[in-house]
Amino acid sequence: MDVLFEPLSYAFFNKGLIVATLSGALLGFIGVFIVLRGMSYIGHGLSHSIFGGFAASQLFAAQFYMLGAGLWGVASAIAITTVARKGRVGADAAIGVITTASFALGVALFAKFGTSGPSFENALFGSILGISIQQIIGLVAVSILAAVFVFLRYRALIFSTFDPDVADVSGVRVARLEAMLMIVLSLAILATLTVIGVTLVAAMLVIPAVIGRMLTDSFGKMLAWSTGIGMFCGFVGMYASYYAGVPSGTMIVLVGAAIFVIVLAITGSRGLRRSAGLDKHHDVAELAPVVTR
Amino acid sequence: MTGTGVGEILVRLDHVSARYDKQIVLDHVDFHVHEDQFTGIVGPSGAGKTTLLRLLLGTLKPVAGTLTTEPDLRVAYVPQLETVDWNFPITVFECVLMSRTHGRRLPWASAAERARVMSVLDRLGIADLAQRHIRELSGGQQQRMFLARALLREPQLLLLDEPTSGVDVSTRHDILHLLGDLHEDGVAIVLTTHDLNGMAAHLPHLVCVNKRIVADGPPAEVITPAVLEETFGARMEVLEHLGMLVVVDGAPEIRTEAM
Repeated sequence: MDVLFEPLSYAFFNKGLIVATLSGALLGFIGVFIVLRGMSYIGHGLSHSIFGGFAASQLFAAQFYMLGAGLWGVASAIAITTVARKGRVGADAAIGVITTASFALGVALFAKFGTSGPSFENALFGSILGISIQQIIGLVAVSILAAVFVFLRYRALIFSTFDPDVADVSGVRVARLEAMLMIVLSLAILATLTVIGVTLVAAMLVIPAVIGRMLTDSFGKMLAWSTGIGMFCGFVGMYASYYAGVPSGTMIVLVGAAIFVIVLAITGSRGLRRSAGLDKHHDVAELAPVVTR
Repeated sequence: MTGTGVGEILVRLDHVSARYDKQIVLDHVDFHVHEDQFTGIVGPSGAGKTTLLRLLLGTLKPVAGTLTTEPDLRVAYVPQLETVDWNFPITVFECVLMSRTHGRRLPWASAAERARVMSVLDRLGIADLAQRHIRELSGGQQQRMFLARALLREPQLLLLDEPTSGVDVSTRHDILHLLGDLHEDGVAIVLTTHDLNGMAAHLPHLVCVNKRIVADGPPAEVITPAVLEETFGARMEVLEHLGMLVVVDGAPEIRTEAM
């Protein structure tokens, strides 16, 4: 039991454990909608894009760098959607250009000017060091926002994820709902960036949701499984990170990957059949109906 | 040219043209949907059948002409089965309930909503499948599930895209009889189809479309070799069997071959 309690004597670990557990739950929760909409690539791109905002904001407004990075992420999400909707450039290309350019800018700014916040490596792969109370409050606030958003728009979210065209003619404002989901996604990535890391956030959006899909055929149960698995990955991964002495994000993702393998072994072909087609990419422009009424 | 229904007009298209990118898909179409309409839209692939449905739904804006819809019209739409993600994690009950987006916003169904969903499923004969995953249904059951989802909205106008595509003959008859019952209950119905024989036997009104409305009226007036050739660009023979019209495609051309 000492193995479990010994790290808890350190304040930094306690904060890290809370943030990692909550981050896993939040990403697992939002990840269900991202994966089922075939938007995994957008999650991946946005996390890289936010890294650029993270670096730039530290230079120009160090005290408000989280706010700056958040606005940068939301702006990137809107830019991707707008460029893709114009139809001249596909969503893949829009994400590829906008997010990698933003990421490259972040790397250049880090290299040239350094940082007053997390180190380059910590920003990329996550760290449990230096987590502030403000960050915990921010993460709790984003988690509550995400939960309230999904709770109040649950049926419309399922409808527009499953069948956007019919949802639109049935009175669901699909384009607006999608924009709100993108904003919640941006905020979730931003709030979890510190512990999970830029390069690994996308994995935590995908892995718990895919495992959840392998375990059930019900949307509500998949949401519960994915949130619980994300939470478990964050909790166990944080302990593993402490004892292995490696970045927290890597261990959280590795725990998720291990659970995936175990669930795959247990569910076999049924699990594979359930998760088939989850990697189908939906073009952003395709997701929105032609005209709303 | 208009639909031949009577009663109040729910949707009217006057001289409407529609296009995707720069390609005109429908050109100067006049089409009125009345409250007692029960119409099948037939035509070859790419003729503009689905485009006409999208115009009626309001998800496509005409590039010319006027589209007028009755205020607060309740429209429900049943998509093509081929376009559905059958691996999506929902049960039949969840699928039907999802259309209930107005009023109550809580994720779970109220007792009244649960009773209403089960009542619609029962009417369509699939109440015992409520907790099944949607992939586990047969083609006919899948079509009934989407009909249930549409009916939960208590529509005045029901639009269906290829409802008899990919189902066996018996299921096709069941679906068309079911639509007939709904029409009797006062729901206006417009559907697209490739199934000429099924439509000729079950529907009171047909519209032949190929970029424009080639002909419309009762099957006996519309199902003629001349209209079908103009619509489909291929020769078809029309036979009468036990009072029913039967279309035979690929009617042989009369040839004189040298021996």
